Amino acid sequence: MSQSLVWNRKDLIDVEPLSRDEIETIFTAATAFKKTMEADDKKQPYLEGRTVVNLFLEPSTRTRLAFEVAASRLSADTITVTGAASSLTKGETLRDTARNMEALKADMIIMRHSASGAPNYLSKVIDIPVINAGDGSHAHPTQALLDAFTLLEKLGSLDGKKVTILGDILFSRVARSNIFCLKALGADVTIAGPSTLVPKGFEALGVKVSHDLQEALEDADAVMLLRIQHERQTATHFPSIGEYTSMFGLNKARAEWLKPDAIIMHPGPINRGVEIDSELADSNQSVILEQVTNGIVVRMAVLHLCHCFFKGKTAELPAI
Amino acid sequence: MSDILWITGGRVIDPANQRDAIGDVFAIDGVFVDSLDQAQMTAATKFDASGLVVAPGLVDIHVHFRDPGQTHKEDIASGSRAAAAGGFTTVVCMPNTSPVCDNAGTIQRIMDKVERDSVINVYPTGCLTIGMDGEQLAPTGQLKNAGVVAVTDDGKCVQSNEIMRRAVEYAKMFDLPIMDHCQDASLTRGSVMNEGEWSLRLGLRGWPKIAEDIIVARNVLLAELTGAHIHMQHVSSANSVEILRRAIARGISVSGEASPHHIEFTDACLKDYDTNYKMNPPLRTEADKEALIEGLCDGTLCCIATDHAPHSPDEKDREFDTAPFGIIGLENSLASSLGTLYHSGRLSLSEVIALMTHKGAELCKLDAGTLSVGAAADICIFDPDEEWTVDADQFFSKSRNCPWNRRTLKAKIKGTYVGGTQVFDGTSITA
Repeated sequence: MSQSLVWNRKDLIDVEPLSRDEIETIFTAATAFKKTMEADDKKQPYLEGRTVVNLFLEPSTRTRLAFEVAASRLSADTITVTGAASSLTKGETLRDTARNMEALKADMIIMRHSASGAPNYLSKVIDIPVINAGDGSHAHPTQALLDAFTLLEKLGSLDGKKVTILGDILFSRVARSNIFCLKALGADVTIAGPSTLVPKGFEALGVKVSHDLQEALEDADAVMLLRIQHERQTATHFPSIGEYTSMFGLNKARAEWLKPDAIIMHPGPINRGVEIDSELADSNQSVILEQVTNGIVVRMAVLHLCHCFFKGKTAELPAI
Repeated sequence: MSDILWITGGRVIDPANQRDAIGDVFAIDGVFVDSLDQAQMTAATKFDASGLVVAPGLVDIHVHFRDPGQTHKEDIASGSRAAAAGGFTTVVCMPNTSPVCDNAGTIQRIMDKVERDSVINVYPTGCLTIGMDGEQLAPTGQLKNAGVVAVTDDGKCVQSNEIMRRAVEYAKMFDLPIMDHCQDASLTRGSVMNEGEWSLRLGLRGWPKIAEDIIVARNVLLAELTGAHIHMQHVSSANSVEILRRAIARGISVSGEASPHHIEFTDACLKDYDTNYKMNPPLRTEADKEALIEGLCDGTLCCIATDHAPHSPDEKDREFDTAPFGIIGLENSLASSLGTLYHSGRLSLSEVIALMTHKGAELCKLDAGTLSVGAAADICIFDPDEEWTVDADQFFSKSRNCPWNRRTLKAKIKGTYVGGTQVFDGTSITA
């Protein structure tokens, strides 16, 4: 039996404006697509004859691959343009690059960009759907959606569940989108890490801010680790990677503070031995690789829903 | 035969002379006089200002006309016309042109072009340091002889305390005001908006207010040490206002200006990443906005200056991080400032006009901003209550980067006179 879904957006720029219903609609579609992943022939026909452009102006491996796989599983033709190969390095503006793609009759643009707000801008200058694959420190909606989808598979519901996000929150688009997504689904969110990367000002977003790792981890149902780097952007924010690991790295002893069987997540790429011990990353509590698999079906759901709305069609789902 | 101007029946507001009454204004050969005789009345060009305000031509001590070097954004011809349409008759141009104004030759070139192309009075400023690099003093004496009315590295801030100390000590000898763009660069690397809740929400690099406060405090100490006057440009932070207030109370010779955008908008306006709200210093919070208004009300901030900073549409039409800082405001500055300060009930019409005329002129020692007998007959006539909707496409400026675009404002310019000659008639440039 096939079902159809209500969805009224052509773009997915951010999680913040999404209602709980909308998020659950994406998950309904993702669940249906996940079932089709069990078959030998994983192709679904929904984007047949459509062209999806992956405009990745900032380096990315797993997000780009996940979008490519998602689009091709929906039978779309995909074109991937990366930063170095784009005309932007020749001085072309983002508007001109995107409008050229529209003129090539692309049906959708998936964009990764180093500047916060770039997809907001893009969605104003072109008509076709824009899917944000991560913009600066602003938003990474599909990552947050796949994280929440994974958590829901494990926990059944997020209502009243304590989820802690640990690491560089200040510069993290993953953290921001996760905050909005988890809160929309009823979770209590704590963000933790060094005071310079987890400023108190984040409380305005309705989260608890903690610089005490034990307090942050105690009784958490899930902990989400973020990649820690010590490059140009954060060079003055904390002393060293070694200091970070000693104060905030997740190891076996600290994982004891979590609820038994608490879930450990990481959007990747992992710095083993920095934000997380190797042993924990590979443990049964870790869902890091399931996040990758779910990343495909959640993105299939998003592409399908946005495309259908843009074309004025009801989004049908595969028969279950 | 003399040129005689007779403006009749308006509400004449001349704050420098404590005048605010219905009356007439007269000028002969470009200079205000206190009356006309019968023959002169017959020969005069008349303007019926009934129902309108007749004020001194507005003065703006902080504009960027991008000339020479970036005339695709603005030039002296277009900038002066934008100013005239906004009721301004005297402006002071910042020196970050290309080349920068760190030598007498560039100043001479600007003065020549002003003479040829400008419809209003335009005065240049000189750089504090060579190349605005903050490392070596510019030839301040030669710049003064060439015609600059102040020195500043606006757009940049001298980071070295030693260089700033010597710059102010040296400029004092020439009785030149020093204006500083207060920004500790080490605190604002990569920053594009105010640091606060909105920078956290938008994922944009935050620009802490303390970057301004630290330099304002430094400048207060340098003014105290050297006795030179230091003027703080476009003050944006509540703490900076308070630092200035206390310094002025202690008798230290410092002052500050506020920009129309900082007293009207806050960082929440950036929620859609609209680059027409991207400027340096950035829009701050509601509390800062309130403190700036309070500073204007109690005299801590001595004037309103637009920081008219044109950028071409192509330059602003891009990702927020890479768009240039700056917005334009000359053509709507009177209306927006009156909205924030007068129509809101905070200040009288006369007080706002003072902030936009003689206060700034006095700072730069310009003979402007009054209706005094014997002064140049620079006049701004406006209807304080007429509503209009800003349409940046109709601006005389070459640029369109105006956050007031499509907003409805109250107060419309009806005529601008420079030296007794009408240069703007409420619709067109007539010079």
